[in-house]
Amino acid sequence: MKVRVTIDRRSEIADPEGHTVMRALHDLGFEDVQEVRMNRVIDLEIAGDDPGEVRRRVVEMCEKLLANPVLEDFEVEILG
Amino acid sequence: MTTMETPVYAQLGMTEEEYRSVISILGREPRPAELAMYSVMWSEHCSYKSSRAHLRRFPTEAPWVVVGPGENAGVVDIGDGWLAAIRIESHNHPSFVEPYQGAATGVGGILRDVFTMGARPVALWNQIRFGPLDQPRNRYLFNGVVGGIAGYGNAVGVPTLGGEIEFDDCYSGNPLVNVMCLGILRKEQLVLGTAGEPGNVAVLLGAATGRDGIGGASVLASASFDEEAATKRPSVQVGDPFEEKKLIEACLELYERDLVAGIQDLGAAGLSCATSEPAGRAGLGMDVDLDRVHLRETGMTAPEILMSESQERMLAFVRPDNVDEVLEVAERWEIDASVIGTVRADDRLVVSHDGELVADVPAASLADDAPLYHRPVERPGWLDDLWSRPFQPGEVPVIDTLLDLLRQPGVGSAAWAYEQYDHMLFLGTVVGPGHDGSLLRVAGTGKGLAVSTDGNGRLCLLDPRRGSARLVWEAALNVAVTGARPLATVDNLNLGNPEKPEVMWQLVEVVEGISGACEALGIPVVGGNVSLYNETDGADINPTPVVGVLGLADPMPALPPRLDRAEPGMEIWLIGPEPTDNFAGSHLERLHGPAGGRPTAADPEVGLAVIDEAVRLAHVAPVLHDVSDGGLAVTIAEICIASGVGATIELEGTAELFGEDPHRFVAVVTPGWDPPALGRRIGVMGGDSLRIGDESVSVAALAEAWRGAIPEAMRS
Amino acid sequence: MRVAVAVFPGSNCEHDVVRALGTLGAEPELVWHRETDLEGFDGVVLPGGFAHGDALRTGAIAALSPIMEPVRRMAESGKPVLGICNGFQILCEAGMLPGALIANRDLAFICRFVEVEVVDTGTVLTAAAEPGQMLRIPLNSYEGNWVDPARTGRVVVRYADDPNGSQDRAAAVANEAGNVVGIMPHPERASDPLLGSDDGLVLLEGFVRSLRASVPA
Repeated sequence: MKVRVTIDRRSEIADPEGHTVMRALHDLGFEDVQEVRMNRVIDLEIAGDDPGEVRRRVVEMCEKLLANPVLEDFEVEILG
Repeated sequence: MTTMETPVYAQLGMTEEEYRSVISILGREPRPAELAMYSVMWSEHCSYKSSRAHLRRFPTEAPWVVVGPGENAGVVDIGDGWLAAIRIESHNHPSFVEPYQGAATGVGGILRDVFTMGARPVALWNQIRFGPLDQPRNRYLFNGVVGGIAGYGNAVGVPTLGGEIEFDDCYSGNPLVNVMCLGILRKEQLVLGTAGEPGNVAVLLGAATGRDGIGGASVLASASFDEEAATKRPSVQVGDPFEEKKLIEACLELYERDLVAGIQDLGAAGLSCATSEPAGRAGLGMDVDLDRVHLRETGMTAPEILMSESQERMLAFVRPDNVDEVLEVAERWEIDASVIGTVRADDRLVVSHDGELVADVPAASLADDAPLYHRPVERPGWLDDLWSRPFQPGEVPVIDTLLDLLRQPGVGSAAWAYEQYDHMLFLGTVVGPGHDGSLLRVAGTGKGLAVSTDGNGRLCLLDPRRGSARLVWEAALNVAVTGARPLATVDNLNLGNPEKPEVMWQLVEVVEGISGACEALGIPVVGGNVSLYNETDGADINPTPVVGVLGLADPMPALPPRLDRAEPGMEIWLIGPEPTDNFAGSHLERLHGPAGGRPTAADPEVGLAVIDEAVRLAHVAPVLHDVSDGGLAVTIAEICIASGVGATIELEGTAELFGEDPHRFVAVVTPGWDPPALGRRIGVMGGDSLRIGDESVSVAALAEAWRGAIPEAMRS
Repeated sequence: MRVAVAVFPGSNCEHDVVRALGTLGAEPELVWHRETDLEGFDGVVLPGGFAHGDALRTGAIAALSPIMEPVRRMAESGKPVLGICNGFQILCEAGMLPGALIANRDLAFICRFVEVEVVDTGTVLTAAAEPGQMLRIPLNSYEGNWVDPARTGRVVVRYADDPNGSQDRAAAVANEAGNVVGIMPHPERASDPLLGSDDGLVLLEGFVRSLRASVPA
């Protein structure tokens, strides 16, 4: 199954890179930008056809490796 | 876990007695924001309440001391109108919670301590300690900490010249991350953390304030670790070296144009500290309007804004007619700035938020009235037992032992770490990482500044007084072999839980050991840091003081000694006393098992003579190298590896080859020189093997063992 | 010969470059990245560092800075343009040099001396060097791994060993005309034997010679 994991820095944790990119966008005239968060997307292909089980496995992967639980949240999306 | 019944002061880490003192200072119950401020300012981390009484023992005076302990960094006069600023700090607990960010923000904080004084930071060092690398968690922490030091230091544009790495079981649950920074400044640019005079305007410069690090000082740095550590995670701070770089350049321009009366960085305790301390030092007060603080998040409460430990922020105190110019400088360097307050003529710190009064306290009381504890002190009973069981190796196979030692991650090459650090920026690094001490040239003066940092938890466990004194002597000798005379010391005392009398005894002994050695050397302690509660689930770390010695080479040798300058035919001399049969705290002992015995004491008379000899020889010898971790055999092996030349050593005996007694160094010289009083010729450079007695090993095999020490352990 | 040394927020090698070029008789001047006019300068150096904190991609934001317009005009008029380390990354992002710089093969920052060989002496950086000359110069980068899928780059200096995975072991790359050069190791850090090497001087001397040649008569 195709699974998409979106990892973002938790909202209360600073994102200096996002802040820098926002400033650069403002400089280029995109003054309507109010926030930039530098999130990551990881696409996985997992053997198995039980979406519940696949989700459980991917959540475990996020907790153990893919996301940093101290700084980041993650979302798991089964693409089919 | 906190429950509904736990009073707020206790949730903030305060005792009932401390809460009562707040009431007696204010004459009433504190408001929430006031309680928040007292709780962080009176935390162990900010107030030194357990250690302060003992730190008074340190010798702190010398004619060249410009600023001693108590300010953001110590400052000494190095002549020609130049000053050097130096400071060391710990970031132990944050690095355990999030190693990359913990180490990175440690680097950011120590830089701010130094450029707060008006100095340009010119070099960083780090002293890091972990549990053995055969455990995955320790590899993760080591990798993360080195990554954080590199990531922040490289991007902020200050070279990192190495430091030291130690591995021991006692750090598995509690790694130590100490960072040290050296800055230089012109005399007239010195700035202090004072609010100056009434009417001065407080300008907050740098990053926006968010909820990160709320309560970091009280929660993370001032309490022990247990299973609740996970719940403390939300207070992790994130470093932004790019913001810090801009902040450094902006502040240096402010100093150069004489636009600030005083300045304070925002570190532990955030705005609470940065407003109260400068006002208190000036004997004044301040009006602060939290609505003008630039925020990163919405809905922050007054206590949150006051306690936030968001990184990369400075509070400048500016005469009213200079405010516009300060704001212009900030804008040009592309950093945010907010005018948040005004210095008052009385002594009150008056804070408003949402148009309401949230705090009105005597400014100085936050720092000056902090609790002072005389905690019980008791020599641990187990020490006699340890002393009665010295390690006695007898004769050991020389080459196998040497190779085993070189393969230890705490003895072998640290290049795996320091090659990730930019250690060459500013074109000042004359002697860089991988040597005993670092040597930086001071442009345009013909002088050099040398720095060495040393720690040894095992040695200090066995005898905290002798051990810590030896650290000072070792660091002093390390700067001497670059041609510098010791000038000043800073220290970072990493210890366990001060509520245990044995830990307090270790603290007292360590302070005594450092003080005695500094007095014998005639150098002051110009700053320091104490990190307590380094324990996990009740187990304290070994007492681990780290000392940094700053030295001045005047003049700097034309070609300062380096390990890679040995050539075939040169003679090898050993300078210093005969070693004793004492292996307490040595690496040979570590190889074989538990610590035992009582370490050899430093001998001030011999120590001073050896340092004199080292400074003199640094102007003539191509190579000088201190005998320390692993003993003489390792010292010689490192010279062979760096120079790519073999050697023949006419010495034998385990004590001679592997003992780590103090005050000894090796000189490699061209034949026919004037032999030093304390020296003896022990061999000659040449060939492509190291021969000791009748055993030998190729330099290539030595290099392979030594270079592979950390990479192999990281692959395991 | 006046040479502009561009300073972006986050640059950090600008003073080192000024110092090294100054000792060779050039007249280096720091110029802030918002400057739009480089009239009167005979060449420009984009120094190393972490412009804009390496946000997004190294050099990406700096490549859009106001100063890059006059830098581009200088390049088009044939004047010497040199990017060192982060400056090389900026020149690639700006499309003034072919290829791009990505993370080192081993995903670790590398700061150490490396051996390089001059393989093309027809550029503003290598004009004073001998073909095949070996130099010992410090490398100091995380994104030092040059990739050039179109294979249009002109490699002018090559690593003796491959420290970072760079295509064709490229340490320095030039445009077709040879007046725009990016180099990953830092010649200014090898400008004094006291610091371990002065092998970088032959490159900086070549650059200064090129500046002299571009001074209007």
